[in-house]
Amino acid sequence: MAEESGKIDPMHQFEVQTIWDGFNIAGHQIAFTNSALWMSVAVVLLWAFMAAGMKRELVPGRWQLMVENCTNFVAKLVDENIGHGGRKYLPYVFSIFMFILFANVLGLLPLGIFGLHPFTFTSHFTVTGILAILSFLIVLIVGFWKHGLHFFTLFVPAGVPWYMALILFPIELVSFLFRPFSLALRLFVAMTAGHILLKVLAGFVINSANASPIWGGVVGIPSFALMVGISALELLVAGIQAYVFALLTSLYIHDAEHLH
Amino acid sequence: MEPTAMISPEAAKLLGAGIAAIGAGIAAIGVSNVFGKFLEGALRNPGAADGQQGRLFIGFAAAELLGLLAFVVAMILIFVA
Repeated sequence: MAEESGKIDPMHQFEVQTIWDGFNIAGHQIAFTNSALWMSVAVVLLWAFMAAGMKRELVPGRWQLMVENCTNFVAKLVDENIGHGGRKYLPYVFSIFMFILFANVLGLLPLGIFGLHPFTFTSHFTVTGILAILSFLIVLIVGFWKHGLHFFTLFVPAGVPWYMALILFPIELVSFLFRPFSLALRLFVAMTAGHILLKVLAGFVINSANASPIWGGVVGIPSFALMVGISALELLVAGIQAYVFALLTSLYIHDAEHLH
Repeated sequence: MEPTAMISPEAAKLLGAGIAAIGAGIAAIGVSNVFGKFLEGALRNPGAADGQQGRLFIGFAAAELLGLLAFVVAMILIFVA
């Protein structure tokens, strides 16, 4: 397939490459990859972003205002969706929101011009899967810790006749168990699809310009214009997906905290 | 009688992936329905609109996920099956 569509392989950007070979634990190689590198970059940038804005000045400067906007945004989200007793989950929801946001936006940066190829690690199911399992584990632990076996009433909506409860319980149970998959799948597919689309369009531009100036004008320039638009759309998607992940995490925590 | 022109498994995979892409288009209808209906309601009662943004994005996430599943089906057909 790849050889038919010219030299551009849109899946190449998702390849995990080893930077440092690392060491072996029980036959498994623990290597430092480009995925790990960009995770570290995201963490360092996030840390710098927060550190520069946490000076607690009475009259906030521009940077502090930016950080305060972020924290207020997530605090409002948590207050609205978890409600009473939600503030103790604010650090987790804020961390996961900012980490995903930074990861998504970092992956979109056009640093390839300088020979530095950003790797969108949120486009890998392993990474988003771990993030989703973290959220799901918090729900399970909090739910069983707080309510014990009473937690299972989550799967039977209040005021349901017993014969309906027999049908509803398995359905609700399956939909509950599917939550980590849907959470991880949404983020991973949204990022993967957007990046493939951008690379396919980039392939159109390069291949048409190489074919002849006429094809470059007819196909290449409209494709390039579309790329600019899609890039803006992808920035929007990067923000929305981080928001949706944080929103659904806090909704699920609400279930564990209050059982309806 | 033996079938003379069988479709090759490779071609069938790619056809299936292409058919799965229809799901993305149908999800587009779903997502546009979510935002369109929200805008319709928000213009009738702008005062209540801001309080419902969380619900808007829950609906968006649910509608979008089912479209993304179509993409997953296509990817599985091309790369895994």
